[in-house]
Amino acid sequence: MLIEYLPIAILLVISTGLAALIVWIGNTFGPRRPTLRKSLPYESGMNPIGPGTRRMPVRFYLVAVLFILFDIEVVFFLPWAIVFRQLGLFGLIEMFVFIFILLVGYVYAWKKGALEWE
Amino acid sequence: MTALQIIFLITAVITLGAAAMVVITRNLVHAALWLIMTFFGISVLYVLLNAGFLAVAQVVIYIGAISILMIFAIMLTRRVQQDFGPQTNAAWPWALVIAAALFGGLIWIFSGWGNFFTQAPVMGERADPLRQLGMALVSPEQYVIPFEVASVMLTAALIGAIMVAWERK
Amino acid sequence: MIPLSYFLVFAAALFSIGLYGVLARRNAIAILMGVELMLNAVNINLVAFWRYITPTQIAGQAFAVMVFAVAAAEVAVGLALVISIYRRRNTVVADDIDLLKF
Repeated sequence: MLIEYLPIAILLVISTGLAALIVWIGNTFGPRRPTLRKSLPYESGMNPIGPGTRRMPVRFYLVAVLFILFDIEVVFFLPWAIVFRQLGLFGLIEMFVFIFILLVGYVYAWKKGALEWE
Repeated sequence: MTALQIIFLITAVITLGAAAMVVITRNLVHAALWLIMTFFGISVLYVLLNAGFLAVAQVVIYIGAISILMIFAIMLTRRVQQDFGPQTNAAWPWALVIAAALFGGLIWIFSGWGNFFTQAPVMGERADPLRQLGMALVSPEQYVIPFEVASVMLTAALIGAIMVAWERK
Repeated sequence: MIPLSYFLVFAAALFSIGLYGVLARRNAIAILMGVELMLNAVNINLVAFWRYITPTQIAGQAFAVMVFAVAAAEVAVGLALVISIYRRRNTVVADDIDLLKF
């Protein structure tokens, strides 16, 4: 049973090894002569204005919250979709109730303007 | 020592090491990255438990969504991320004692339990946990009410998060 | 084969690490990370008991999916609170957030 996960394991080992190898080669063979200009934050060749760490707008967070909601929804959908044919109408109605309740939150987010990005 | 046990032990050591780094590292962004590593190890353990769907769900929800949310929150509260003061509060030795006592107590309780060293029963070839899960989530005798209530909770969480985090102009 | 004890000891250790994080860290986001570790430990236990004790009933996995949903909701609201407090008080240190109203 577990043998079907073998390709994933091989992929994992190869990708980890390759990433480590590339970083190691870069660190070992790459020349390093840091100057003040080189270690400044890159701003298209101009002198940087102010620190590079500004506070991000909260919209990023709201989009992530919306994403997490629909992520969970998908996780609930998948087992339901597998047995959809056996469940018939009853399962369909239940899922519509589920989606409808989640749509309330979605409509709220929409009305509030969380989906707009000016 | 069978191959499965070796796989388990390697995964467990990596996962617990990553979890320890989450609670002791000073830089919060590094803590979030170690947290992703922990989640990944746990998803491997789900695979070892024959719960493939949960392993995928773990990757999709915890690594794909919750960690991203954490990292966004860290970036939004950016200045504190390079907090120069101590990262632990004054009572941290007590926290260590309590955590160690809890661990010891749990092991003590478990070791007196008859099924502690039980082996996994063989899963039949026809057993399909995902199909069973789908039936259980929507059948009225089982978990349909928690299933619908979960959607109410998610809606409440969405509205609450937007309400609280919304920036008034 | 792996006996049940391996998973239970692992989950107990993970839960204890999470508990230490919750009790000892000052940063509210780090505390939430500790809570996530604890929820994951519980999930491991649920699935391990499903696999070893009651493999015919799916209750363990169904609960695990519910814990996923609860964890997502918890982290969304918790981090929103942290961000909101940061905006008004300029701190995310849990010790400094000691007023019910401000």
